[in-house]
Amino acid sequence: MELCSFLTLDSFITDPLTHDFMRKALLMSSLVAAVCGFLSSYLTLKGWALMGDAVSHSVMPGVVVAYALGLPFSLGAFIFGVGSVALIGFIKQKSRVKEDTVIGLVFTGFFALGIVLVSKIKSNIDLHSILFGSPLGISLSDVKQTIFISLLVVILLSIFRKDLMLYCFDPRHAKTVGINVFFLHYLLLTCLSLAAVVGLQSVGIILVVAMLITPGATAYLLTDKFDNMTVISVLSAIISSLVGIYVSFWFDLETGGSIVLAQTFIFLFAFLFAPRYGIFKLKKLFAGYK
Amino acid sequence: METINYQNFRIEAENICVDYNGKVALYDANLRLKPGQICGLVGMNGAGKTTFFNALTGFVNISKGKIRINGESVRSAQKDQTIAYVPQNEGIDSQFPISVWDVVMMGRYGSMNIFRSPRESDVQAVKDAIERVDLTDHLSTPIGNLSGGQRKRTFLARAIAQRASILLLDEPFSGVDIRTEKLISELFIQFKNEGKTILLSTHDMMHVREFCDLVLLINKTVVAYGETSEVFTPENITTTFGGISPDFLFGPES
Repeated sequence: MELCSFLTLDSFITDPLTHDFMRKALLMSSLVAAVCGFLSSYLTLKGWALMGDAVSHSVMPGVVVAYALGLPFSLGAFIFGVGSVALIGFIKQKSRVKEDTVIGLVFTGFFALGIVLVSKIKSNIDLHSILFGSPLGISLSDVKQTIFISLLVVILLSIFRKDLMLYCFDPRHAKTVGINVFFLHYLLLTCLSLAAVVGLQSVGIILVVAMLITPGATAYLLTDKFDNMTVISVLSAIISSLVGIYVSFWFDLETGGSIVLAQTFIFLFAFLFAPRYGIFKLKKLFAGYK
Repeated sequence: METINYQNFRIEAENICVDYNGKVALYDANLRLKPGQICGLVGMNGAGKTTFFNALTGFVNISKGKIRINGESVRSAQKDQTIAYVPQNEGIDSQFPISVWDVVMMGRYGSMNIFRSPRESDVQAVKDAIERVDLTDHLSTPIGNLSGGQRKRTFLARAIAQRASILLLDEPFSGVDIRTEKLISELFIQFKNEGKTILLSTHDMMHVREFCDLVLLINKTVVAYGETSEVFTPENITTTFGGISPDFLFGPES
């Protein structure tokens, strides 16, 4: 992993592929990125960034408890993810405290519980890998779980693609024409919890919300068509994962952080140079030269 | 084409109440409308106009009273695509990445399969609806690039494509250009002749006199209801608007 070993672009790309753990990390992270990117379009349009943050932090105690009991950690994470949302809804309805306050209050509470549990339960849980992700050290059972959950989310989102778009755009119309809005609400929440679970393996609990909002936000600046937005979001998420892992490999950087930084850079690029919605509106610049 | 019995009530709302977490938004409200009737819903901001619409579409639950749509429950009206709701321009996210065509196609979702894949008949219904609101040149335009009037027409087209027999319109004339206003008023006459029932909320008293057979004045509950010529009096309007004289509201001509 010395810097001098990547003399050409070719070896920059192929050398890491000789390692088994790198091939696995690249594949798994791309899959996770695709799932989170797909969901990201919906979350950014629905305005659920804070909700994504809440759910992803709230899964922490679930992960710890599941590890301690020897259950699949995705199960524990899922229960606590959905549970946090239910609790947020309950407190909001029964008290006069404003929603964003309730969200912040609930997820930090869950997160703190998770941290306390880790310190109390003596086990082989690696706090660092939960908090910051460990795509390079992913185990075989984790691989199976990740593939299963990812496929499940992709299938659900694909089937209800248009209904979810309508739900985000105009829930009142959905309700008026007899579409089950309650179901769609919880479907989106379920997908969010599941995506947070797989996403935390790549970038960890603290940064997983970036996987859920940044690709969607980037795509939103680049297109006016929902389908294109989904495609761009997925692609930018996958590219970020690949770039992040390669960069972290060659420069010995924290992998999760590198992936998220790559996403942030793509967003900044779109923010500055998007044809229609960028600060410098490239389209207009080019039009000037014609 | 279904035959329309003009004697049956399309909308029957009896003593309905709606509250949000204990705050009463609407109480003891009644409304009965037949096919081919256009009714204006008039009241101050916060008087319960949108709540009334929400109750009729089933978007909020009523805490008391009874609503019948074509003699059946709101639930079955939803299943039958009976009611179409045309939102205020402020009520929608105009920056949503969606085209005119896709919005109008949403009017067909309720009668499509689970994947919402359009059939030939859906495509035709959407085409016809867009033509009726004169937006054929803007099929693939994102709604963010439309004017306020064009956006309003897009949502009207969605209601047309839905083939609903009841149209609920929230401030259909606010923020629209003259051309759109003319087109909407022409459509109203066509809808009336087709036997559709229309309930529209408006701030503009001129529009009530011009289009509405009936008027429902509300201020959390019904202040007055009946034929526009009889009920739409300065006294009733003053009561509805909390004691402010209609002269002040709409000029001395009223």
